[in-house]
Amino acid sequence: MGLLGVLMRRSVLLIYMSLELMLNAANLAWVAFSHFNRNLDGQVMVFFIVTVAAAEVAVGLALMVALFRQRQSTQAEDFATMKL
Amino acid sequence: MNEILFYSLAALTLGCGLLVVANPFSRNPVTSAMFLVMTILSLAGLFVLLGAFFLAAVQVIVYAGAVIVLFLFVIMLMGSHELPRRAFHWLLAAAACLVTGALAALLLRLLSALKTQPPAVGAPVEGGTALLGRLLFTDYLLPFEVVSVVLLVAMVGVIVLSRKEAA
Amino acid sequence: MTWLNQLDPTWQFLLFSALKVGVAVVALLTLVAYTVILERRLAACIQDRIGPNRVGPLGLLQPLADGVKSFLKEDFVPGHVRKIYFWLAPALIMIPALLTLAVIPFGSRLGSQPLVIADLNVGILYTFGIVSLGVYGIVLAGYAANSKYPFLGGIRSTAQMISYEIAMGLAVIPVFMLAGDLNLSRIIDYQSHGLFSWLAFKLPVSFVLFGITAFAETNRTPFDMPEAENELAGGYNVEYGSMKFAMFFMAEYANMIAVSAMIVTLFLGGWTLPWFGLDRPAANLWVGLLQVGIFLGKVAAWVSFMIWTRWMLPRFRYDQLMKLGWERLIPVALANIVGIAVWLWMKS
Repeated sequence: MGLLGVLMRRSVLLIYMSLELMLNAANLAWVAFSHFNRNLDGQVMVFFIVTVAAAEVAVGLALMVALFRQRQSTQAEDFATMKL
Repeated sequence: MNEILFYSLAALTLGCGLLVVANPFSRNPVTSAMFLVMTILSLAGLFVLLGAFFLAAVQVIVYAGAVIVLFLFVIMLMGSHELPRRAFHWLLAAAACLVTGALAALLLRLLSALKTQPPAVGAPVEGGTALLGRLLFTDYLLPFEVVSVVLLVAMVGVIVLSRKEAA
Repeated sequence: MTWLNQLDPTWQFLLFSALKVGVAVVALLTLVAYTVILERRLAACIQDRIGPNRVGPLGLLQPLADGVKSFLKEDFVPGHVRKIYFWLAPALIMIPALLTLAVIPFGSRLGSQPLVIADLNVGILYTFGIVSLGVYGIVLAGYAANSKYPFLGGIRSTAQMISYEIAMGLAVIPVFMLAGDLNLSRIIDYQSHGLFSWLAFKLPVSFVLFGITAFAETNRTPFDMPEAENELAGGYNVEYGSMKFAMFFMAEYANMIAVSAMIVTLFLGGWTLPWFGLDRPAANLWVGLLQVGIFLGKVAAWVSFMIWTRWMLPRFRYDQLMKLGWERLIPVALANIVGIAVWLWMKS
């Protein structure tokens, strides 16, 4: 579902939210593995995923704000050129 | 009791997740963000059912408390509340559906091919804070340190990116 | 009472939990009403006025009159607001305060029932999760209003609450470094060995930091940037009237009570008092009730302190607020953690 969002929506913000959804699906899978395999390794992985996701969101949103300052838009198509 | 909770939470997670990606009633990013909060909260509920108490709390604190608030902050700063309705690319949509469907089919195929039962020996583990912490500082010490460096790099990067007049 | 003992444990648990939830919610709402009147009377004292004293003896029925007034007013929805969020925000703002109470032990026990609704092993983390949800009510209120002052209030509160949450979290870490547990009942046990085992005396830095951030998280003066009536004309709740406004008003006081209960539990020994053997779980009903009274007394003391502060201090400027949060409180909190860690390491 998150993948669908990344591919279909054209607002950068919504693409980001869809990314979060995908990460969370992975989280849930890890926790379930950890539960059914009777060890905690999966939960440690989730801990790392959450940390990295937080870092990623911070950087991503900063990029988005910077891009917004340049282009006044949050639509992915408007960022198609490589020069600023 | 647990099963009822599991299925209702799972349905809530999926439904809200769908509404984040495609909400037929609203093109407002704030609505998407609020449904993302709902998704996160019901996921945290699922974590609790799976015995991962610490992670459930972390999930709520980090995602609902920080990440999505950041999203809201940025949405408000940008001020474009209603997303513009643009020409719908049928080709793009079809391609996206195809890829997602293929991935889903692959996963289902894998799951149904999976014959081995999980080794259900011993009591289910509970993700208590002390246990997880011990694991983090012994077996996973190196990844833990690396993650802290990642966070530091992200922080510096964000500060550089968001300075008003970047040189 | 025999039929109670004949019920099977699941039903007993459900019944008692429902009872505790009901009593806690009713008690909280009553306390909210009387905190409002306390604030008005205290403010009057400080400003050398009389304050509301007309309704009932000593003005004690004033909250009732206020409630009736809010209900009877026209529930006006301005035309330019975003309807759904406008309705959602007052509800959302009330929920976190009520949810926080679930893990706070408000007494030792009555009979065989422990006086805490959910004795979670991750109690503190739970409260932090709930506190971090508290920002949504304000942000959505600001967003729903769709006009500039509420919007500014919403933006300010987002930035403020995220910033001070970090300092608050860091301030609490030494508590569980010492107590070795996240369970709030255990933390109270840890503090039940005399007055100087209270964590406020053992960890004065954490206590002060947590106290300051508590003001910020409840948006009380000197940190009431989101409402700031003389620059934002009331901030996030400008567009609200009648009962919806009353919800914001009540939520502010409910949050104050919740955060005071947190402070009392974490730093001031919860329901214990170091004298007369009141620091042990109650042996009979009367001691149990007395301990609930002690808890409520401590909460009331801290709430009065918060009110008193409001009428004594001016408001921070926004940049001062941010500077205080990021450049003073967080470094001090980090130094505190390292200091306590070194001390524990030397000791062991």
